[in-house]
Amino acid sequence: MRVKILAAFKRLAHFGWTSGPGWCTLFPMPHDHSDHDDPHALLPSDPALRVKALETLLVQKGLIDPAALDEIIDTYENKIGPRNGARVVVKAWTDPGFRAALLEDATAVVADLGYYGRQGEHMVAVENTDELHNMVVCTLCSCYPWPLLGIPPGWYKSDAYRARAVREPRKVLAEFGVTLPEHRAVRVWDSTAEMRYLVIPQRPEGTEGMDEEALMGLVSRDSMIGTALAGTP
Amino acid sequence: MKPDPVFEAPWHAQLFALTVHLNEAGHFEWGQWAGRFGATLKRHGLAKELNGGEDYFAAWLDTLEVYLDEIGIAAPGEVALLRDAWKAAYLGTPHGQPVRLAKS
Repeated sequence: MRVKILAAFKRLAHFGWTSGPGWCTLFPMPHDHSDHDDPHALLPSDPALRVKALETLLVQKGLIDPAALDEIIDTYENKIGPRNGARVVVKAWTDPGFRAALLEDATAVVADLGYYGRQGEHMVAVENTDELHNMVVCTLCSCYPWPLLGIPPGWYKSDAYRARAVREPRKVLAEFGVTLPEHRAVRVWDSTAEMRYLVIPQRPEGTEGMDEEALMGLVSRDSMIGTALAGTP
Repeated sequence: MKPDPVFEAPWHAQLFALTVHLNEAGHFEWGQWAGRFGATLKRHGLAKELNGGEDYFAAWLDTLEVYLDEIGIAAPGEVALLRDAWKAAYLGTPHGQPVRLAKS
């Protein structure tokens, strides 16, 4: 189970917000505080105020464009996510020529599918087999193939995962519910700002007749980080 | 099951976008940023185990503030003044009204 790593990943209260009309205006949204007699707007946390201050300062200096910030947030909240990676995995499962090209030069092959840009400059696909299971970590910070998987989950960024994935990968995998045969080697890839990895999980048995969309449903984000196997139909 | 939100708090998203935008505008290289951020995470992680959520972005913010000062585009004094101005704006705005920064 992911319990141990996920337990370290504190759940936070959400509060309403809008990326709305620019740096100088923020409309308070409904929130779940019980203190509704509060006479003033809900005061954001200190780090939130510091971020607003930085943003305001850089807008005032003409160094950033608030609309570009909104666009970046919208892209990663709504447009880019693990479905991109799943599409690549399914193509590798179903097209031997694509698979060979992907393993040879992932960056170029996924760029042809339109998956390129930020944090996708140098991507490497690593394939799971009966002999080898691949798993990805970033021990430095949280380098991750954004164009294929979006923004990394909290546990990927936690000290617990970043330290232990390298030291005791089988134990970490067991906590994610993955128990591999003894003979299967585990290789842990340490991402960097220059190199990011996509795990190609093994195609499950009994999926021969399934179409692309159904196969994509079996490819979870975690299976492409290597902390899960592909689902079964 | 509802998927986890991409960003847990709005300021995480704002900070992320701000950093990506500054990188793309050519103010710093991503590799330089990642090296500094990794060092901050390591330093913060000495005192307690970081959970990858709020404390991850706290380390991110500390790194960015120091880096922007270092490259000369945001001095700590300027940032602190605006932080205080925003705080005053929130405290001085009736609940339910849009919060605006006073012109100064």
